[in-house]
Amino acid sequence: MITINHYMAVSAALLLIGTVGVMTRRNIVVILMSIELILNAVNVNLIAFSKYHNQVTGQVFAIFVIAVAVAEAAVGLGVLIAMFRNKGTVQADEVDLLKW
Amino acid sequence: MPANFMPSAAEYFRFAPEIILTIVGTLVMILEAMTGDRDKSSLGYVSLLGLAAAMAAAVAANNDPGLAFQSMIIVDGFATFFRVLVLGVGMLTILVSTNYLSEAKANSGDFYALILFSVVGQSLMACANELIMIFIGIEISSIASYILAGYLRDDRRNNESALKYFLMGSFATAFLLYGVAWIYGLTGSTNLGEIRTVLSHGTAPTAMVGISAALMLVGLAFKVSAAPFQVWAPDVYQGSSAPISAFMSAGPKAAAFAVMVRVFYTSFDSISNQWEPVFWIMSLATMVIGNFAALQQRNIKRMLAYSSIAHAGYVMVAVTSHSAVGTAAVMFYLASYCLMNIGAFAVVTWMARDGEKFVEVDDFSGLAQKQPFVTAILTVLILSLVGVPLTGGFFGKFLVFKAAIDSHLMWLAILGLLNSAVAAYYYLRVLVVMYFREPGASTVNLPPVAGTLRVAMLVTTLGTIALGIFPGLILGFATQSSTLGK
Repeated sequence: MITINHYMAVSAALLLIGTVGVMTRRNIVVILMSIELILNAVNVNLIAFSKYHNQVTGQVFAIFVIAVAVAEAAVGLGVLIAMFRNKGTVQADEVDLLKW
Repeated sequence: MPANFMPSAAEYFRFAPEIILTIVGTLVMILEAMTGDRDKSSLGYVSLLGLAAAMAAAVAANNDPGLAFQSMIIVDGFATFFRVLVLGVGMLTILVSTNYLSEAKANSGDFYALILFSVVGQSLMACANELIMIFIGIEISSIASYILAGYLRDDRRNNESALKYFLMGSFATAFLLYGVAWIYGLTGSTNLGEIRTVLSHGTAPTAMVGISAALMLVGLAFKVSAAPFQVWAPDVYQGSSAPISAFMSAGPKAAAFAVMVRVFYTSFDSISNQWEPVFWIMSLATMVIGNFAALQQRNIKRMLAYSSIAHAGYVMVAVTSHSAVGTAAVMFYLASYCLMNIGAFAVVTWMARDGEKFVEVDDFSGLAQKQPFVTAILTVLILSLVGVPLTGGFFGKFLVFKAAIDSHLMWLAILGLLNSAVAAYYYLRVLVVMYFREPGASTVNLPPVAGTLRVAMLVTTLGTIALGIFPGLILGFATQSSTLGK
């Protein structure tokens, strides 16, 4: 029997993987993918809670999250391409123009 | 459950500012495509008109306050105040940027449309009564500002600033969203009022609610650049174009504070003993980090970035006090902060010139001899940022610390006051450089102050002085609407 706790465990695992990915990876594309993982962790949670509460609110919310995530990814890749054209790199640690 | 989901006319009326802005924003994009290679400054004026119309709609909507769209939107004094504030910030930003964009040969309708869309998001944040709406508002506002931060595509600093803003911003929003999902799971609702009712029963597990609230706080603290989530702000403000730094340091911050106050004062009211200590530490850390890091800055944009972090810390003090007085202080402080910060960035915009060559504090040397008008403007704004009496900044700080003392946060008030003394040092250094140094290479060939920029400088300066001499202008309204429907 799969209960709400299982869904929450999967979601927490996705959150953890995403967070570790953002913190440790150097490639910005991979960092972007890790952020998407966290958003999917949220979606898993929302759908599970929606089923648990027997409401549609959570599902509607998940659709909004997906739509916004797409817009965000589009902008993020655009920003990344603009930087790649000028700098020729997608490594996070080579982005070092601004610091004190 | 009502069978008829058609919203009434009154509901559309309450949502009119956002509708107007969206239409005008889309119109500006269409006009951009239609005008071809012609000068695009006129699109800036169209956007200004749109913002003015939206502001009129926001004020008019306040005559008939209430909920709209299945209580997803709430129009009350608090929402109206922040709506007008972010709309005003949008107008000032456009005034500051028109000339800058023409000089950078980047004047185009996209820019104005993006400003309008970002303001839509902030306006939605101000009147959201629901976690989904809050999330969507934050995202509309942020996605547009990510693009704006990197608007000059060929400038490496712009690229880097946009990238940093985007990566850290979406990471922080993801955490906020995780917290929102948990709150929904724990309470079965996304409506702020219903969450408040469920949480006040005390049946939901307190520890889980606390963790979810903390996750939401991560996202909001990032948007207001409160410690320990402030690291992005200096890099992003320094790397972006000066008018955009002005925008990002004012509008999104004010809207995020509106959300923070509304969520924590209504929904999380019953667990205030959990979040108040966290806010206490965060506000102190934000003030200390902002002020002490600003002391060491040579670049004026970076210095203003740290100073805006410090100002976020003062506002956090008012939020920590968790009272109606505190809410009014948040509102007043943010209004005066937006004015003086945009004004200061307007002067930086003028000084920096094409390619932003002159952005060091030392570049202002001898400005008093060469350009008395701008010197006078910057002097007033800096005195207001310091918090000298007869300026809006003084009353802001006064109200913040009064709220803290009223709520028995004695130590926080004392440490905050000591912090503002530290802040005086780096602000006054700019004045010393302007008045007591001989003009250098940067102040020999000064550009004229363009008409729109002059208007922005005058409005912000006169506004700052007006708030300092007649604080009642907005304080009365702020006090009236500070109860948040309790």
